[in-house]
Amino acid sequence: MGITGAQALIKYLEKEGVKYVFGYPGGAVLALYDALLESKLIKHVLVRQEQAAVHAASGYARATKKTGICLATSGPGATNLVTGLATAYMDSIPLVAITGQVGTDMIGTDAFQEVDITGITMPITKHNYLVKDVKDLPRIIQEAFHIASTGRPGPVLIDIPKNVSSALLEEDYPASVELRGYKPNYKGHPAQIKNLAKLIAEAQRPVIYAGGGVISSNATEELRELAERINAPVTTTLMGIGSFPEDHELSLGMLGLHGTPYANYAVTECDLLISIGVRFDDRVTGAIQKFAPQAKVTHIDIDPAEIGKNVTIDLPIVGDVALVLKDLLKRVGSQEHHTWLSQIQKWKEEHPLRYANDDQLRPQYIIEKLGELTRGNAIVTTDVGQHQMWTAQFYKFVGPRSFLSSGGLGTMGYGLPAAVGAQLAKPESLVITVTGDGSFQMNMAELGTAVEQKLPIKIILFNNSYLSLVRQLQHYHCDQRFSGVAFTGNPDFVQLAESYQNVAGLRIAKKEDVEPVLQEALSNGKLTVVECRVSEQELVYPVVLPNKGLNEMVHFPADEGGRYE
Amino acid sequence: MKHTLAVNVENRPGVLTRIAGLFARRGYNIDSLAVGKTDNPLISRMTIVVDGDDRVIEQVSKQLYKLIDVIKLTDLTTEEYVDREMILIKVNADPAIRGEIMQIVDIFRARIVDIGKNTVIIEATGDESKINAIESALRPFGIKEVVRTGRIAMSRGLKNKNYKS
Ligand SMILES: Cc1ncc(C[n+]2csc(CCOP(=O)(O)OP(=O)(O)O)c2C)c(N)n1
Repeated sequence: MGITGAQALIKYLEKEGVKYVFGYPGGAVLALYDALLESKLIKHVLVRQEQAAVHAASGYARATKKTGICLATSGPGATNLVTGLATAYMDSIPLVAITGQVGTDMIGTDAFQEVDITGITMPITKHNYLVKDVKDLPRIIQEAFHIASTGRPGPVLIDIPKNVSSALLEEDYPASVELRGYKPNYKGHPAQIKNLAKLIAEAQRPVIYAGGGVISSNATEELRELAERINAPVTTTLMGIGSFPEDHELSLGMLGLHGTPYANYAVTECDLLISIGVRFDDRVTGAIQKFAPQAKVTHIDIDPAEIGKNVTIDLPIVGDVALVLKDLLKRVGSQEHHTWLSQIQKWKEEHPLRYANDDQLRPQYIIEKLGELTRGNAIVTTDVGQHQMWTAQFYKFVGPRSFLSSGGLGTMGYGLPAAVGAQLAKPESLVITVTGDGSFQMNMAELGTAVEQKLPIKIILFNNSYLSLVRQLQHYHCDQRFSGVAFTGNPDFVQLAESYQNVAGLRIAKKEDVEPVLQEALSNGKLTVVECRVSEQELVYPVVLPNKGLNEMVHFPADEGGRYE
Repeated sequence: MKHTLAVNVENRPGVLTRIAGLFARRGYNIDSLAVGKTDNPLISRMTIVVDGDDRVIEQVSKQLYKLIDVIKLTDLTTEEYVDREMILIKVNADPAIRGEIMQIVDIFRARIVDIGKNTVIIEATGDESKINAIESALRPFGIKEVVRTGRIAMSRGLKNKNYKS
C-alpha cells in the first residue's frame, strides 16, 4: 500500500525539519492542502497574496539559516511568486517553492490556470523541477533542499501537477543526493590562502569589504577575529550589515552609493581590499574604473562565477567563507596599522554621517532612537526607499541576521511579510519593520496575516505621502520635476491599523513624541503600526552620483558650508 | 575570438532551454550550437561556439557551470581538436551543367545525395572554412536552399576521452 504524492511531500517536508509553510490554496493544490491537515509538525500560514508567502519564507530563512518553504496554486498563484523568487535569488536566500500545476495530460494545452512556471522562473531560481512522475518526487524534494541550502544558497521551485500529487507511490526517500553536475567547492585553495596571508602581511592600508556571504556562511566570528588580528577596518555591503558589529572601532559601516564617507574614502585609498562574500554590485562600486584604484583586490566567494565578474581580481579564492577564513587565520599574524587607522579616525571625525538634528521631526533621528532603545537587539526588516538607507546608516546593527532587507532586487513590499517569517522563526525576538508609505501599501494586507498569527511586530512607517527615494532621484536627475511620486489617496494609517482586532495604531508627529511613542510601541506586546509624519523633502546623504567614484560623493550640505534645504 | 566549448549535460527535458536562456539573458552570443546524445544515453553533448574575449568566455563558462544540469565543460580552443560541420546545399543543375557541378563536388570530396529534375542536393562535411569554400564555389550555379548543422568538435588524443564524472 502506498501513499499519495501529496502525502509523501508532507512526509518529506517533515523529514527536512520544516515547521512552517507559507502559502495560499487553489484548485491545483487541493491534495497538498488536504495532506497538510494531517501534519502535526508543519503549520500552514495563510498569507494574503502569494508574493508575501515567498517574502515570509525568505524572512524565515534569513533569520534562521534554515530553508524557507512556500506553496502556491497553479497559474496566477504561481506567477504571484515571481517577484519573491527573484528577490530571494538576488540575495542568495535558501527557499523551496512548491507550486501546483494542471494535470500532466493537460500540460501544453493552455488549460485553465496553466502557466509554464518552470519556464518563467528559470532565470530567477537556482534550479527548478516539473515533476512528471510521482516516482521522482522523493528524489526531487531531497535534491531541492540540498540545492537550495548548499553552495551559494538560492530558491528552488518544484512544480507538481495535480494528478502527480494524487498518484500513489511506493518509493521512499533516497539515501543520499547524487547530482553529478553540482559539487560546490568549500575548501579554499591552500596556496591561494597562503598568498592572501602574504598580501595581508605586506599591506599598509588594508580594508575588509564584507557582504551577505559572510552572514550566509555564519562566518561573523571569523571575520571579527581577522579584522582584530590584522587591525583592518571593515566596511559592509547592505547585505553584509550585521556581519561586523557597528559599534566596533574598526567598523566603517556601509560603503557605496549611500555609504559612509569614511568607508568610501577608505576603499578609495586602501592598498589591499579583502573582499569577502560580496558581488561588487554597481551600488557599491560607483564608477568601476575609480573603484579601489590603488588596491590589490582579493576576493573570497563560494560562487566562482562571482569572481572577476565586475572587477578584475588580483587574488581569487573560491570556497566557503567560514572555512577559508578559518584557514586564513592559521596563517596571519597580528598587524598594526597606526597611520592608516588614524587617517580613518580623522575621516570619521571630519565626515560623520550627518542629518539636520534640529527641532523638526527627522526620520534619521527616529531610526537613531530606535537603535538606542533596542540597543541593536532586534530583528529589523525594511522595505525599499529612503527609510531603508537611513536604517542601514543610523541603526547600529551589532549581530548577524538582524537586518533583513531586499538588497539585490530592491523589492518594495518586502518588509512586512519578511517580518512575519522572522517573527515566526524567532518568537522571542523583537521584530521591527521600517517602511515607507509607498512600500507599506504594496503588501499592507499582510497585517491580516500578522493578526491571525498573533505576531507582535512593530511597524515604523514613515509617511511623507511620497515615493521619496524616487523623488530624490528626480531632484538630482530631472531638475526637480517631480513626476508620479506623490500620493494623495493615502489612508489614515493609524485608523487602518486599529480597524484590525488587537492592533495598536500610534502616531509620531513631532520630535518630542519620538521617545515616548517608540517606548510604548516596543513595550505594548501588540502588533503595532507607528505612523511617523515626516517631510518629503529630506534627502539621503551622502550620495554618489552616476559615473562618479566613491570618494567624489555629495556630502551632507552643511558639511561643505552649504545650506540645508 | 571564437571559442569552441564542449559541454556535457544531463539528457533531460528543458536543458537546452536553460542553456540557451542563459546565453540570451546574459547577453552572450551563440555562434552555433549542436546537440546530440553521447555513448551514455543519460548524457548529451553540446558543442557551443561563442565569440568573445577571454573575460567573456570565462564568465560564459562559469555561468554554464552553475547550471545543475551541466556536468562538464571544456574549452577546446585551448587544446588540439578536430571540428566538423555538415552542409546540405540544393543548387540549380540543368543536365547540361551537371558535369561541372560534379567536378566541384569531387574537388571538395563532397557527395551528391539527391538529383531532381533541375536541381541536385550536395552533402559536404569539413571545417568551417571548407564549408564556406564549397558554398561559394557553388553559388554561381544558383543556390536554392542551404542548411548547416553548426560545429561539432572533439579534442585529439586521449584527453577528455572519458566524460564520466
Ligand atoms: C516593487 C518596486 N517598485 C518600484 C520600485 C522603485 N522604487 C524604489 S524606492 C521607491 C520609493 C519608495 O517609497 P516609500 O516606500 O514611500 O519609501 P521612502 O523612499 O519614502 O522612504 C520606489 C518607487 C521598487 N524599488 N520596487
